[in-house]
Amino acid sequence: MPPGPCLLYGQLPHQPLNPDTLIEIDHVTFGYDERRTILNDVSLRFARGKVTSVLGQSGCGKTTLLRLIGGVHAPNSGRVVFDGEQIDTRNAEQLYRLRRRLGMLFQFGALFTDLSVYDNVAFPLREMTDLPESLVHDIVLMKLNAVGLRGAARLKISEVSGGMARRIALARAIALDPELIMYDEPFAGLDLISMGVAAKLIRTLNDITGATSLVISHDVPECMAISDHVVLMSGGGRIVAQGTPAELMASTEPEVRQFVRGEPDGPVKFHYPAAPMADDFGLGAGATATPGARP
Amino acid sequence: MSKRSIEILVGLFVLLGLAGVLFLALKAANLTTMSNGATYGLSARFDNIGGLKPRAPVRSAGVVVGRITGISLDPKTFQGVVTMEVNRNFMFPKDSSAKILTAGLLGDQYIGLEPGGEADNLAPGATIKQTQSAVVLENLIGQFLFNKAADAGSGADAGGKKP
Amino acid sequence: MNTIAALGARTLRVLQGWGHAALFFLGLLRVLPQSFRRFGLVVVQMHAIGNRSLVIILASGLAVGFVLALQMYYALVNYGATESLGLVVNLTLVRELGPVVTALLFAGRAGTSLTAEIGLMKAGEQLAAMELMAIDPRARVLAPRFLAGILSMPLLAALFSAIGILGAWLVAVGLIGIDGGNFWSIQQNGVDVWRDVGNGIVKSAVFGVICTFVALYQGYETEATPEGVAYATTRTVVLSSLAVLGTDFILTALMFSTR
Repeated sequence: MPPGPCLLYGQLPHQPLNPDTLIEIDHVTFGYDERRTILNDVSLRFARGKVTSVLGQSGCGKTTLLRLIGGVHAPNSGRVVFDGEQIDTRNAEQLYRLRRRLGMLFQFGALFTDLSVYDNVAFPLREMTDLPESLVHDIVLMKLNAVGLRGAARLKISEVSGGMARRIALARAIALDPELIMYDEPFAGLDLISMGVAAKLIRTLNDITGATSLVISHDVPECMAISDHVVLMSGGGRIVAQGTPAELMASTEPEVRQFVRGEPDGPVKFHYPAAPMADDFGLGAGATATPGARP
Repeated sequence: MSKRSIEILVGLFVLLGLAGVLFLALKAANLTTMSNGATYGLSARFDNIGGLKPRAPVRSAGVVVGRITGISLDPKTFQGVVTMEVNRNFMFPKDSSAKILTAGLLGDQYIGLEPGGEADNLAPGATIKQTQSAVVLENLIGQFLFNKAADAGSGADAGGKKP
Repeated sequence: MNTIAALGARTLRVLQGWGHAALFFLGLLRVLPQSFRRFGLVVVQMHAIGNRSLVIILASGLAVGFVLALQMYYALVNYGATESLGLVVNLTLVRELGPVVTALLFAGRAGTSLTAEIGLMKAGEQLAAMELMAIDPRARVLAPRFLAGILSMPLLAALFSAIGILGAWLVAVGLIGIDGGNFWSIQQNGVDVWRDVGNGIVKSAVFGVICTFVALYQGYETEATPEGVAYATTRTVVLSSLAVLGTDFILTALMFSTR
């Protein structure tokens, strides 16, 4: 994408600070309601053409990040910038332009259950373009071929397995050759083979099409294997660490170590906060008469 | 199911529905008995319109030739003014009369047009001069009792006069 | 004091709910013209909503026609007015039972299936996926179903009334032995096309709007859980039925008042 006219650094709000950054999350705070803040003053940059993974425990705001980038919600404070343009969720025309450039893979596929596999992949083509059916046919089969499911084109959605569904959803997500592909938990619930397939597809697609890939996951080995850049988020919606996979694997920070090694106890506690054990079992200073004690 | 067969089935459904509507309109309602074609307006004045309602039929010799369109009161003469639309195929002489009749014994009331004998016909918008008001039940009963009393009176007189 | 505060909060929430529903309705109306351009989608939905409801509508209409004929006969025979059987059955069906019963059956059959379908699409993130593909789910998914419901209802109601009258004819003329010619001619004289049949169709169109809107709204706003969807389908039937019956009273008063 052309970087736009050259102006003084940071003069206009919609000038990219760095032409290699496709998306910038700038001091974003967001919560669905007042009680819970999901993202807390988060600042991130996603480099163009690279695979960036956002790792973290369940519920730390990773999926919310995707929704903010897609313009579904507006941040409570801060701004989300896509290719130099700040996203305004009330601007329907801007959202339309923005969403044409991105493709999203939902966690369970989110395929349209009333259409066949072929029609699902053809959906964005038929809705957003005026291409003749013959061309749509070729494109759909090419996309299905890229994910290895060209032979499944005539099946109904109810007839495909979970792993296949996700691949079909990927074919649908790339039907319009988007610049940005977002993956919401692409490895969750897959067997080892399917996981390997998914990882291979993500990396290959990124390299071949030159798109930017954003992977949300808590699957450490797969993400480390395919990412150029990794961001680790914690439960409070904060960024704990970011860097190349090698850097994170070698990190000595306790939070990072616990997460990448999968240790059950560390900065992320094993025990849910509770009263001292002695109190609960009726022993110790805060207890009443011990059970079984003679009066 | 293929797109084509879905469209055919929906088309059949719509056809069936419209057939239902047509059946209701034609077979089960008064669409066919409504006059299609030009009508002309006439009006008539009555002392009492009785139970006449708008859209009641106008008949001649029992055949429906028109419909009542409006009923109002003339504030000056305090007569009821009835306006009607009559089929243009039927022109009535100027001295035709309009009566308010009842269908059956206790049925709805309608206007009956009896043709007169004049050579000229009523023009559109004309007023029918000869009218007969509706029969009001109370007046009828009152009349009957009055007659009965009069008969009894004259009978007593007659009886009294006889030796 | 607490009960007053709670009552106030409850009232505000109810008002907010109504406002939300009204805005949703207006949003639907705004995207409705697009459905006329993409009528193919509407046709598919008419098949799902209309064609699939035919069996229950026709069966119920026939049954209601039978029963009406019998019951009205028992009532009219006391006054020696069995000639008017056809007229009575016709007016009852065309003015009231046709639109209302069709609407109630529609809410039960088509309304619940719409609610469940939309609710599950929402739960499966299909609507969110569409939104992120820059396709307005209201225009693509909801509006065609809305239009299909509005168009199907009058057709179904007319079919209900028509087959009801035929059923009554079978019972009256075939079973009981009332004169066939009179059966039809008294109806033709007594039933007005515009006032009775026409108003009945207007009623069923209004009911179509109500039932379809309630079904779509409940499905769209449901929680994305199995319990949520189940609860939403129940609410569709209850709300549709109450709204239809209430509106029927208002419409009847408006249309059939004795002037």
